[in-house]
Amino acid sequence: MSIRTITFDAIVVGGGGAGMRASLQMAQSGFKTALISKVFPTRSHTVSAQGGITCAIASADPNDDWRWHMYDTVKGSDYIGDQDAIEYMCNVGPEAVFELDHMGLPFSRTEEGRIYQRPFGGQSKNFGEGGQAARTCAAADRTGHALLHTLYQQNLKNGTQFYNEWYAAELVKDADGNVCGVIAIDIESGETVFFKAKATVFATGGSGRIYASTTNALINTGDGVGMALRAGLPVQDIEMWQFHPTGIAGAGVLVTEGCRGEGGYLINKDGERFMERYAPNAKDLASRDVVARSMMMEILDGRGAGPNGDHVFLKLDHLGEEVLHSRLPGICELAITFAQTDPVKEPIPVVPTCHYMMGGIPTNVHGQAIKLSGGHEGEDQFVNGLFAVGEVACVSVHGANRLGGNSLLDLVVFGRAAGLFIEDQLRQGMTQYEPSDSDIEQALSRVRRWDESSGGESVSALRKELQSVMQNHFGVFRKGDLMAEGVAKLADLRERISKAHLDDKSKPFNTARIEALELDNLLEVAEATAIAAEGRTESRGAHSRYDYPDRDDENWLCHSIFDPTAKKLGKREVNFKPKTVDTFQPKARTY
Amino acid sequence: MKVSIYRYNPETDREPTMKEYEVDTQGKDLMVLDILALVKEQDESMSYRRSCREGVCGSDGMNMNGKNGLACITPLSQVAPGVLEGKKPLILRPLPGLPVIRDLVVDMGMFYNQYEKVQPFLQNSTPAPAIERLQTPEDRAKLDGLYECILCACCSTSCPSFWWNPDKFLGPAALLQSYRFLADSRDTATEERLSKLDDPFSLFRCHGIMNCVSVCPKGLNPTRAIGHIRSMLLERGI
Repeated sequence: MSIRTITFDAIVVGGGGAGMRASLQMAQSGFKTALISKVFPTRSHTVSAQGGITCAIASADPNDDWRWHMYDTVKGSDYIGDQDAIEYMCNVGPEAVFELDHMGLPFSRTEEGRIYQRPFGGQSKNFGEGGQAARTCAAADRTGHALLHTLYQQNLKNGTQFYNEWYAAELVKDADGNVCGVIAIDIESGETVFFKAKATVFATGGSGRIYASTTNALINTGDGVGMALRAGLPVQDIEMWQFHPTGIAGAGVLVTEGCRGEGGYLINKDGERFMERYAPNAKDLASRDVVARSMMMEILDGRGAGPNGDHVFLKLDHLGEEVLHSRLPGICELAITFAQTDPVKEPIPVVPTCHYMMGGIPTNVHGQAIKLSGGHEGEDQFVNGLFAVGEVACVSVHGANRLGGNSLLDLVVFGRAAGLFIEDQLRQGMTQYEPSDSDIEQALSRVRRWDESSGGESVSALRKELQSVMQNHFGVFRKGDLMAEGVAKLADLRERISKAHLDDKSKPFNTARIEALELDNLLEVAEATAIAAEGRTESRGAHSRYDYPDRDDENWLCHSIFDPTAKKLGKREVNFKPKTVDTFQPKARTY
Repeated sequence: MKVSIYRYNPETDREPTMKEYEVDTQGKDLMVLDILALVKEQDESMSYRRSCREGVCGSDGMNMNGKNGLACITPLSQVAPGVLEGKKPLILRPLPGLPVIRDLVVDMGMFYNQYEKVQPFLQNSTPAPAIERLQTPEDRAKLDGLYECILCACCSTSCPSFWWNPDKFLGPAALLQSYRFLADSRDTATEERLSKLDDPFSLFRCHGIMNCVSVCPKGLNPTRAIGHIRSMLLERGI
């Protein structure tokens, strides 16, 4: 074999909240665990999460119940979230959140000394009957930052071995498709290494950079989804992309839903609080898909603000300087920096902006990656050696629309769950699958392709084109013919990207090489999104079609499964069998 | 406008050089990070770190016309007078005082080592309760201005004491984090933490120059935190 091998019990790819929660679990138990991250872990995108982590810890309301949280999440998912997974998340959540406090996360506090909770969209008491709940645990508006730094600190304490600024480029599988580890590049030296492990955990985060306008960090290029698809593994519900109602117009920078939780609201160019028309009960705290669509309708109906009528406003000034500076200090900074607007005095220009990938690698609650079962009903089959947690995974707790604050909960609950499960498996004796030299050569071929490229289009130009195709053909509102055009454009882009050129072949800290490898992943995610979006002939959650405006429970109360080999969309059953509560039956979804 | 960027690739260059680029901003007050992206479109071999592009991840700390800051939240108009108008070039260098890996990318190893030395994690010797450890809003407020640090290294790499003793003086960023745990009502390791700082270098090499305060992109005040630790050490000595 031509490259160096490093061996661990478990490797985690990705140093965000999910990855570091998983690695922490395994490191605490003394297993040899490596965390491979393309950036220093505290630069991961979890750091940008603002508003909080939703969980029924019964601080704001002593009678709060995780089952109410579960009801909200099932409804928010437009009924294609798996009820066993949602049950697990909402039930285990409080324990996972209290652990974070014990680790030192600096949550904001109530007068009683408990964790501060704020209202967020889609939250209710008593199964939708008891009015708005306040269930999102917050550290001011910097919850993700506080969480990510806390987890990094705990991993330091517990001796996780970090490979920071190492880029995982490809999965390594044996001839039977069992996962043996990954090929990764040490960005600083340029060396390519095979990381061998019994368990490979993908925690690579989202892929928001497939869109031209996104709240996502520049590093969110779908590396895990790309690797899985190239390995012939399926992705689930990948057409479901959340557009966050309040990205700063032009800049794309996120403004937390917590602003509306604290009492802010949206207005159109006439100053009208338009959400009262679209969601008479929840108003500005309706679910994100509902609010984003309402904003787009205002804009399309000519009530958008600005010279191009292309945004609306988020009004906060009525909350007063004191509340804004104590509860939303980060937002005040961002608005001044990116919108030249001081929210104490004027409203912030906002527009729905790509924010979150609900779909991803299908898994069970233990993070085990599920493979295509040939379209037959029955028990899931797993990919030996591969796990996925966090945004890259589709477990699925978010279904067709994620509720605000559920992302951070997903990260810690399922990062922890995967860690616990792998620990147990390792104790029982997990198999280390051994790849042949040709399996490794196969995994290296993509890196080699770029290193040997001698002409062709540039990475940055192709990336821009891809992002504009996704923005224009697969946005908030979708339509069959427009999507078909988009799919064709992506097929053309695939051809051109396969011949694109990396000019800089140097080894030390070559970020051009990393951007080239990321482009391959963007393409995989974009194509899967496009084909799945065209294939789901209904409107559900974040997937909203002009040509199929209604939810179609008869045909589509199911997950979509994209098979990358056939480039076809299949279906997978949604779990309607929670273990300790009655099933929440699908009903009309209004706010 | 003209942009002058520090270039060094250890594979091919014997010494660093400043390379000039011409960038068309269309008169817009772009962020420095936007300028770097435009330069990279022209010359993909120019390397820099970036991630969140909104000033919360701390990747793109660099020296802009002589002052450390984050490229992603520094508009041209704030770099120096005349830069936005194109009367003066934008001059970008790596953070000073740390070894350069390539171009604008520095080796942060020494910086992270000092961070790790302060045991930047909560320590509490009492058993954890079934819920959260209670903390009053007043006690929690003591962490404001401390926990927000993003580890960008703008402060430590602008500190002459850190330049001189990067291995022995912990530097403003690490000391700010040290105080973040000393100030946390949930932490019980105060005595151990203080005894580790009680030598001539770790803390006492701070001479109150306050460069850290003037460059911190998050508006934090490491000098004040260092002052609090000094007081705690003094009280402990009495």
